[in-house]
Amino acid sequence: MTRHIRHAAVFCALLLVALLVNAARVQVLHADAYDSNPANRRDTIARYQQPRGDILVDGRPVTGSRDTGEHLRYERTYPLGPLYAPVTGFASQEYGTTQLEHTEDRLLSGVAPVLAPLPLWNEFTRSRNAGGDVVTTIDPAAQRAAYEGLRSRKGAVAAVEPSTGRILALVSVPSYDPALLSGNGATARDAWARLNADPDRPMLNRAVQRTYPPGSTFKVVTAAAALDAGVVKNLDERTDSPDPYTLPGTRTRLVNGAKGCADATVREAFVLSCNTVFAKLGVATGVDRMRETAESFGFNDGDVRIPFRVAGSTFDTSVDRAQLALSSIGQYNTRATPLQMAMVAAAVAGGGQVREPYLVERTTRAGGGTVSTAGSRPVRRAMFPATAIRMRELMRGVVEDGTGKKAAIPGAVVGGKTGTAQHGLGNSGTPYAWFISWAQGGEDMEAKVAVAVVVEDAANRRTISGGGTAAPIARAVMEAVLKP
Amino acid sequence: MSKAGNTLASADPPPPTARLTGRRGVELALIVLAVLLSVYGYCAVGLARNGTVPPGAAGYGAGLGVLALVAHLAVRWRAPGSDPVLLPIGVLLNGLGLVLIYRLDLETPGDPAAPTQLIWSTLGVALFIGVVLVLRDHRVLQRYTYVSVTVALVLLTVPILFPAVNGARIWIRVAGFSIQPGEFAKVLLAVFFAAYLAANRSALTYAGRRVWKLQLPTGRVLGPIVAVWLVSVVVLVLERDLGTSLLFFGLFVVMLYVATGRTGWIAVGLLLASLGAVAVGRLEPHVHHRIETWLHPFASIEAGEGPNQIAQSLFAFAEGGTLGTGLGLGHSVLIGFAVKSDFILATAGEELGLAGLSAIILLYGLLVERGYRAGLALRDPFGRLLAVGLASLVALQVFVIAGGVTGLIPLTGMAMPFLAQGGSSVVTNWAIVALLVRLSDSARQQDAGGSRPVPRDARESDGGALR
Repeated sequence: MTRHIRHAAVFCALLLVALLVNAARVQVLHADAYDSNPANRRDTIARYQQPRGDILVDGRPVTGSRDTGEHLRYERTYPLGPLYAPVTGFASQEYGTTQLEHTEDRLLSGVAPVLAPLPLWNEFTRSRNAGGDVVTTIDPAAQRAAYEGLRSRKGAVAAVEPSTGRILALVSVPSYDPALLSGNGATARDAWARLNADPDRPMLNRAVQRTYPPGSTFKVVTAAAALDAGVVKNLDERTDSPDPYTLPGTRTRLVNGAKGCADATVREAFVLSCNTVFAKLGVATGVDRMRETAESFGFNDGDVRIPFRVAGSTFDTSVDRAQLALSSIGQYNTRATPLQMAMVAAAVAGGGQVREPYLVERTTRAGGGTVSTAGSRPVRRAMFPATAIRMRELMRGVVEDGTGKKAAIPGAVVGGKTGTAQHGLGNSGTPYAWFISWAQGGEDMEAKVAVAVVVEDAANRRTISGGGTAAPIARAVMEAVLKP
Repeated sequence: MSKAGNTLASADPPPPTARLTGRRGVELALIVLAVLLSVYGYCAVGLARNGTVPPGAAGYGAGLGVLALVAHLAVRWRAPGSDPVLLPIGVLLNGLGLVLIYRLDLETPGDPAAPTQLIWSTLGVALFIGVVLVLRDHRVLQRYTYVSVTVALVLLTVPILFPAVNGARIWIRVAGFSIQPGEFAKVLLAVFFAAYLAANRSALTYAGRRVWKLQLPTGRVLGPIVAVWLVSVVVLVLERDLGTSLLFFGLFVVMLYVATGRTGWIAVGLLLASLGAVAVGRLEPHVHHRIETWLHPFASIEAGEGPNQIAQSLFAFAEGGTLGTGLGLGHSVLIGFAVKSDFILATAGEELGLAGLSAIILLYGLLVERGYRAGLALRDPFGRLLAVGLASLVALQVFVIAGGVTGLIPLTGMAMPFLAQGGSSVVTNWAIVALLVRLSDSARQQDAGGSRPVPRDARESDGGALR
C-alpha cells in the first residue's frame, strides 16, 4: 500500500504543479495580452481614478475635474465649455477624446513616461503620476471677441501671431458644451446622439477641420505669386484685362461684382476685388508658379498638426487654363481652412515668412515643472520680402479705402482682404463671407496678429459680404490682441 | 519508498516526551506567525484603502488569536504527538480568507460577508476542537461505516427538494443560513470509502482478465465502483453540480487505487468518467456551456456581450502579474457574482500576484503532503486510507476550483478550501484538519509504543508483499 500511497501523492503533487505552471502562464506569460484586452476595464478605472491634468489659457485652467464617487471616479468639467471646445475638445468616459484632450491625453492622464520620476518607476510601483497641465497659446480676450462676434451666426475664426505662429484664437460656431459628454451615463449618451444628429454639426471644429472655398481672399496668394514671378512689376501699371473675361478655351464669361475692373491696375483690382484681373493674372503666372507659392503658404500639406490634425487645404495642380483661372480667385477646387487663411495673412504681415502654427506653448508636471516647450519652429519663405512689403500695401489699401473699411482700427496699421465664396451645385448655396487681415499697433515693431474669419450663413447676399459681416469680427479680435 | 511500516517504526524511536513538547512549541510559534500574517493583511487592506489601520484590526487579531490558541490547547491536551504544521496552515488560510472577504466587502457595501464567515470560522474551529477532544482514536469511525454513507447520501439528495440557486441545486436554506450539505457529505464519504475499502481490500484485489497491460477487476467487485459512479452521475444530473460529482468520483478512484494497487481500476475509472463527462457535456446545456466558455473564454467579448466571468477572472490574475497590486488595490470585483466564493482566488491572484498565489498553493500542497505523511506513517489500513482520502480531497478540490478560475479546466462551482466564502465549506475543512491532526497523532502514538494496542491486521507490512 505504501507504494501506491506514494503514487497517489505524486499524482496530487502533479495537480498542484499544474496549477502553478498555469498560474505563471496567466499571470506572467499572457499578462500583457490580457491587460490590454479592450474589454478589461482596469485601465479605464485607473485612468479616471485621479483628476485629469488641466488645459490652461493665460495661466487659468479652462478645464477641471469633478469627483463623482462612482466606479469611474473623476469626470471632466469645462467651466467655459462652448467657448473653448474647439481648443480642448472633449474627454469622455464613453466616447474617448478629441482635440487637445486627445493629442495631449497621455500627459493629462498621467501615463506619459516623461512624467515618471525615474525610468520604469511606475511599472515597478504600479503608481500613476498626477496628470500634467497643458499651457496653450490662446489669448482669452481674442478668443472671447471672436466667439462673441460669431455668436448668432455660423462660422469660424482663426488668429495667429505672425512672428511666431502661436495660435491666439480658434473659434467654431455653433459650438457645444464638452462637459455634456464627460460622463458615462444617459446624459452623455443623449448628448452624443443629439450632437451627432444636429445638422449644424456643432462638434465639427470649423477653424481647422473644415475647408471652404476661400474666394477672393485667395487673391492674396495669386498676387504674391504674380509679384514673385515678375508677371506684375508695377502695382500701379494698367493691366490688359477685359471685363468680362472669357475663360481660356471656353465660352464661359467671368464677371465682376464691382465696376471699374476693365484694365484696372493691380492695386485697384485688389481693392475692388476684381475677379477678371486676378483670374487672368493667375493664368499668366502659370500653374507651376501658382502651385509653388500656394504650397509654400501651406496648401496641399495634409499633415499639419497643431498638435491635432488640421484638414489639408488644397490648390488643384492638374488643371487646364480655365480651371487655373478659377482656382486663382479661390474657386474651383481651391479650398482652405480658416487657419490656413490666417497663415496667408500672417505671411504677408511677417515679411513673407510662414511659421508653422501651434497651440501648445508648453506642458508642465502637476507641480509646475516644465516637461516640454514649443521651442523654435521651422520657417518657410512664401514670398520675397520685397513682395511682402508690396502685399502689405495692397492689403492696407483694402482696409483704408476698399471693401474692408469696417476692419479699420484707429491708431493701428491694418491690412485685410475680403472674400465672398460661391459654393454648392451651380453656386446655389448661401455664399461664405470671408475676411482675412493683420494688424500692427501704432507703437509695435511688427504685426501682432493675423486673423481669418469665415461666416457661413446669412439671410441675403448684401449682409453676407466679407466686408460687412466678417470684417467687424476680425476687427474685434485684432483689437483684443492689440489692447495692452 | 522501499521499506514500509517496520522501517518507519525504527526511524522514529522513543523516548517521545521531549520531542512531543517540542512539536507543540513549533506549532504555537507557527500559529502566532499565522495570526500575525492575517492581521497584517487586514491592516494592509485598511492602509491601502483609507490610509488608516481599520478599527476592527485589534478585535479581528484577538478573535483569530483566541480561536487558534484554544484549538492549540486542545491539540496540546489530547493530541500532543500530532503534526505541528496542520493547525497553523488552517489558521493562516482561514485568516487570509477572512481578509480577502473583508477586502471584497468594501466593494459591496450592501452585502457584507465577512461577519458571517467569522461566525462560521468560529463554528469550524469549535468542530475542530470537538473532534480532537472527543475522537480519541480514529478507528472508532470504522464502526460507523454504513451510518456515514447513509447520512452522506441523504445530505447529497436533500438539496434536490430545495429550489435551485444560480442553476445548481446544492443549497438548503435554514434560518437565514445557506448550507451546502454536499460539503459535509465529502468527509463522510471519505470515511465510508476508507472503511469499506479497508474491509474489502483483499476481495477487490482479485484480478480478472488481463487486457494488454491492464489487470481488469472481476465482475463481482465491479459493482461498488459502478454504484458510486452512478450516484455521482445522478448528483450531477439532478443537482447540476459538476464540481462535487467530479471530486466525489476522483476521490473514490484515488482511494480505490491506493487500497488495491490495481491500475485496472484507474483505467475503468477514467473510462467511466470520460463516458459520463461526454454524455453529460452533450446532454446538459449547463455543463456544455461551461466547456464552451473554457475553450473560448473571450468569445463573449468578440460577440460584443462583454467579458464573462472567466475572462474577468483571467484579467484579474493577469493584472496581478508577479508581485500583485497590493491588498485592497485590485479590481477583482469586476468578476461580479461569486467573487467572494468560487472566484476568491482571483482576488488573491490580482492583489498578491503570482508570488502570493504560489504561496497559497504551496500551503495547500503542504497540507496535502502532511496528510499523506500521516497516511504513510500509520499502519492500520483504515487510518492510512482515511488520511490519504482526506489529503486527496483537499488536493482535488483545490485543483478543480483553482484550475477552473485560471482557465486550466472547465469551471465547476466549488469553494476554495478555507479561503472562500461559505460556511459549510469552512466547517468541513476544519473537520478535515481535525481528522488529519488525530491521524498524525495516532501515527506518532503507535510509533512511540503508545498505550493503545495496534490491531494485528494493521501491523502487517504490505509494501514488501506487493513488490
